[in-house]
Amino acid sequence: MSIFDGITLFSLVAAALWTVMTRSLLRSAIGLALTSAILTVIMFRLNSPLAAVFELSVCSGLISVLFVSVISLTHPLTIQEVIQHMKERMARFWVLPFLVIAIGITLILFNIKPEIRLPAPETVKDVRVVMWNLRQVDVMGQIIILLTGAFGVVVLFKERIKK
Amino acid sequence: MFGRGDYVMYSSLILLPFFAVIILNLPLRAFMRKAALWVSLFILLMQICFIVYPAACSFSNSLDIFGMFLKFNFVVDNLSRVLLFCIGVVTLCSILVEKYIIDDEERLFNFINISLLLLAGMNGIVMLRDIFSLYVFIEIVAVGSFILIGFNKDIHAFEAAFKYIMLSVISTVMMLSAIALLLILAGGTSFSVLSAALKSSPDTLLVSFVIGIFLCAAFIKAGLMPFHGWLPDTYSEAPAAVSVLLAGIVTKTVGVYVLIRVVNSVFGFDDPLKYILLVVGAVSAVFGALAALGQSDFKRMLAYSSISQVGYIIMGLGCATELGLAGAVFHLFNHSIFKSLLFVNSAAVEFQTGTRDMNKLSGLAEKMPITGTTSVLALLSTAGIPPLSGFWSKLIIVIALWTAGFYLFAMIAILASVLTLAYLLSMQRRVFFGKLGEGLREVKEAGPEIVIPALLLALILVGVGLFFPFIINAFVFPVGNILGG
Repeated sequence: MSIFDGITLFSLVAAALWTVMTRSLLRSAIGLALTSAILTVIMFRLNSPLAAVFELSVCSGLISVLFVSVISLTHPLTIQEVIQHMKERMARFWVLPFLVIAIGITLILFNIKPEIRLPAPETVKDVRVVMWNLRQVDVMGQIIILLTGAFGVVVLFKERIKK
Repeated sequence: MFGRGDYVMYSSLILLPFFAVIILNLPLRAFMRKAALWVSLFILLMQICFIVYPAACSFSNSLDIFGMFLKFNFVVDNLSRVLLFCIGVVTLCSILVEKYIIDDEERLFNFINISLLLLAGMNGIVMLRDIFSLYVFIEIVAVGSFILIGFNKDIHAFEAAFKYIMLSVISTVMMLSAIALLLILAGGTSFSVLSAALKSSPDTLLVSFVIGIFLCAAFIKAGLMPFHGWLPDTYSEAPAAVSVLLAGIVTKTVGVYVLIRVVNSVFGFDDPLKYILLVVGAVSAVFGALAALGQSDFKRMLAYSSISQVGYIIMGLGCATELGLAGAVFHLFNHSIFKSLLFVNSAAVEFQTGTRDMNKLSGLAEKMPITGTTSVLALLSTAGIPPLSGFWSKLIIVIALWTAGFYLFAMIAILASVLTLAYLLSMQRRVFFGKLGEGLREVKEAGPEIVIPALLLALILVGVGLFFPFIINAFVFPVGNILGG
């Protein structure tokens, strides 16, 4: 692992932490987009350009636009609510660092090193063949998920839009 | 293998609901809103007809136009057919219940649209043999279920929806991690490739880890103890029709069916896996029943009952024999029908009386004779009283456990059945029997949109029970033949 890989992985964790810890929903959405963008870099480094492009366009682009649109329909918390929320949230997360350390110690103590051999990157297959011949049913499924999500916005937010 | 006509027929089970939603949302929405109910009922009746009598559906060849653009790889066996039938029946009942409860045409229209998309998702799950495609279709059902749980937009519904989506996300992350590791191990995602790769994999630790996280993900989706945190709140706070759908078929498809299919076709049965299934099943069957005993909310009691009954199914699966698998799938079918019936009855009671608190209800059988009678049939079937269908499936599971040498688990299954009878009789006595409660004089029987589904479901329960000697050879034992397939 090169220094660059180390920096990108650290940035990924930092961006993900910022996403879940920040108190502003809007900043959280931006954090998610940033996390996706860093993940895109990692995917390029792992010789998966197709996955990287999808990550960048869908997760970093489309999903962020959706989040920001929905957040604009919500009302911000009051100061008291924010303070209360911060207290509760910190109480919720204090176990996490200990859990990560415990898992690390377990892996070291038991010398757990699964032999994972990554398959060769599938650069030979044309994207059109993958999408329309091999994974057609998945594309269909994704379209249905998007349609269901669109109905979700209509069903759960339409009243608020009217107001 | 199935022919061209069958292929078109099964493809249309995904494509018809999807295209119906597209067409219903084209311009002329005022007309489409009125047509939506009939379109959805037609699609669901056609699905039931496809499964019960495929020869009657030769006209499905005219739908071959879909095949020009879309080529899906489906494998439909007896297990898939059982689930497809249940999906059709329960979704039909759920839409009829919603029609009775909702006055607003726009809301009913939205409910039907999401139900049709859920239908496409569930149908896809039971016909696909690729673990990544399975995951995509599970997500359709997760997103649709989240929207339906929060459909009423009150604080309790949102809380239940939030709990559901949070645990669903955890389950999704586990499932996706397992799929990624399986892809690394096997180099593909189809069931046959995965099964072959797992059998020959030298890295047993990694394989055990993959199986472990996938099982946890499926246990969360199925609401088994101790992974059931979302289930009681979700079933009790969701709108009545959504509870019918969730308890009747959604959790059975995305949790129980996926567990049965993946364990049977991909992981295979070894001793540790068998004992994990048996222990989780036994814990769910007993503690679900004990928790149900202490409830006073009608729907919450049914939610815990659902956990208990799913425990039976998982114990049957844990036998890892043809008889056990046949019993598990037969109980899955029965549970889908009698739990839907009990939730339809609870919807009728809640709508007619305005409460679900069993302490405030009494003697309703006098005012709601059809609901009271169908409720008795459902409870007797759930408790495993002969000759109703639930008795036969529980009997098969107990015999399978005993013959496989799991004597302790067979006795636990019988004990849980006694507990089931106790809490359901308590419910029946408190809600339907005894002297009519104060303030319930004006209560009337629910309308035809609720009574007809209740009668249909009760008819299936009684019919399957009475014609069991025919059904066991025609449907139950053939399902067991999929073991290891």
